[in-house]
Amino acid sequence: MKSKRKSHILSKTISLMLLIIVTVIYMLPFFWMVSTSFKADYELYEYPAPLLPDKLIFENYKLAVTYFPFWKYFRNTLIITLGSVIGVLFSCPLAAYSFAQLEWKGKNLVFYLLIATMMLPNFVTLIPVFVIFSKLNLVNTFWPLILPSFLGQPFFIFLLRQFFLSLPTSLFDAARIDGASELQIYTKIALPLTKPALIVVALFQFLGSWNDYLGPLIYLTNENKYPLSLGLPQFLSQYGTHWNWMMAAATITVIPVLIFFIFTQKQLVEGIKFTGSKG
Amino acid sequence: MTKKRKQAAIGILFALPTLLGLIIFKIYPILASGFYSLTEYHITLPPQWIGVKNYKNLFSDPLFIKSFSNTLYYLIWLVPLGLIVGICLALLLVKDIKGIGFFRSMVYLPSIVPIYAFATVALWFFNPYFGLVNGLLARVGVEGPLWIADEKWVKFTLVLVAQWGAGPTALLFMAGMKDVPKELYEAATLDGANAWQKFWKITFPFISPITLYYLITSAIGALQFFDLPNIMTGGGPNNASLSVGMYIYRHAFRYTNMGYACAMSWIIFIISLILTIVLLRTSMKWVFYGE
Repeated sequence: MKSKRKSHILSKTISLMLLIIVTVIYMLPFFWMVSTSFKADYELYEYPAPLLPDKLIFENYKLAVTYFPFWKYFRNTLIITLGSVIGVLFSCPLAAYSFAQLEWKGKNLVFYLLIATMMLPNFVTLIPVFVIFSKLNLVNTFWPLILPSFLGQPFFIFLLRQFFLSLPTSLFDAARIDGASELQIYTKIALPLTKPALIVVALFQFLGSWNDYLGPLIYLTNENKYPLSLGLPQFLSQYGTHWNWMMAAATITVIPVLIFFIFTQKQLVEGIKFTGSKG
Repeated sequence: MTKKRKQAAIGILFALPTLLGLIIFKIYPILASGFYSLTEYHITLPPQWIGVKNYKNLFSDPLFIKSFSNTLYYLIWLVPLGLIVGICLALLLVKDIKGIGFFRSMVYLPSIVPIYAFATVALWFFNPYFGLVNGLLARVGVEGPLWIADEKWVKFTLVLVAQWGAGPTALLFMAGMKDVPKELYEAATLDGANAWQKFWKITFPFISPITLYYLITSAIGALQFFDLPNIMTGGGPNNASLSVGMYIYRHAFRYTNMGYACAMSWIIFIISLILTIVLLRTSMKWVFYGE
């Protein structure tokens, strides 16, 4: 019995050490980012690289913000992101509710078609969709990055449909007998009950839009329209040798995501688990 | 009857935005890109039918062949390595240790940092002369490779950088592992099973559906590998990291060679379709569904 406990403690110690090593490896690039962002120019090109700056040069941040119009990029990113979050919150629960609780001909066919498109490589549809938006003269506007979310996202519809399926049909039938319209049932009963799932959908879409790189790259060429995803790499190509400014700009870009993460990590993790159990 | 009809009308109305999206952004584009791939098309002028010429040209285009073999390299490395990293992390993160929540957050965090920010940081992190990785290696007397500056190392470096995004995969596997009843492990221990046997006989069946999901989505992702190489290397040095995705982008949006780019995207489409079908078919043999 004693040896069993001993081996138990040993295995826990080993696990803990491995966890610490893994965490250090996963955090190391960020340590390097922050450390570099405070370094003086001469410290950038020493070999082997000094781990920490001699003294903290806060001016790097001032210079980075001067050359890197963070707030403009931030605003553009925010517009695109909020627009798409509103879009998915409008279109996805509507469709999911329809697939889960309403009866109509061809429903299952449409649903399976929708699910099949989740396996579709993005690059196949990219070019014709670009042609559509360019014919509509919408290139260099935010519309190509926002509008599609108003027309459904298969993955979110799939998730929300699972949620709506778990609600008892009798609940909705009772409301129907009481004379409630389908729209009332949807907005007054179904939507409030799915709030946790809607939050997960909103968070996933928020991250997806905030982190999207290919979309803006294709549709936005006017620098005034640049989101962070284009602004930061552009800064890299212009001031690539000033790694301290560069890392200051990267730090500023990461901070909002970090704040977002601190407030939402519980829901995000729950959301991933939910995906796993239904996936 | 009328009630039923009314419900059907409302059902279709509710699904209408999604139906429109399905047609405008999925079904029509698949057909259109198939059609464009058989034409010469530069957007400003209407497409000119040229049959399979684009496909023929592709196979004598050295850059396409290079980008294609690079993409196969990404596929062969990204998918299994991501699986191993994801499962190993999950095995650690599933442990019931004090403060485990902190470790889970730290492993998950890099995956939600925007790829464009992480790519620039990784570029400096793996800088051959002034980056932290080679700096640390130098301290222990090892001369590190040139990473992305070396044709032989660049693809592997990108695959390595991609592993910082393993957090969500790890959490998915972890959620699957949590469903395993503890008694099974205890019984196996009594029977003298070692850790390796326990993993394959007990843990793996529980995470096999997630493995299938991972294999399909990550294979499709690897075939479209774009963000990291585009930001970190631009395809270089000497096109050693150029992926098909980047080559599609180049032809479509720099040279406005839409037809040629569509032919490439269809090749990727067909390969991903075959991979998905093969994985789904073989899955019956190794995926274990409870109940």
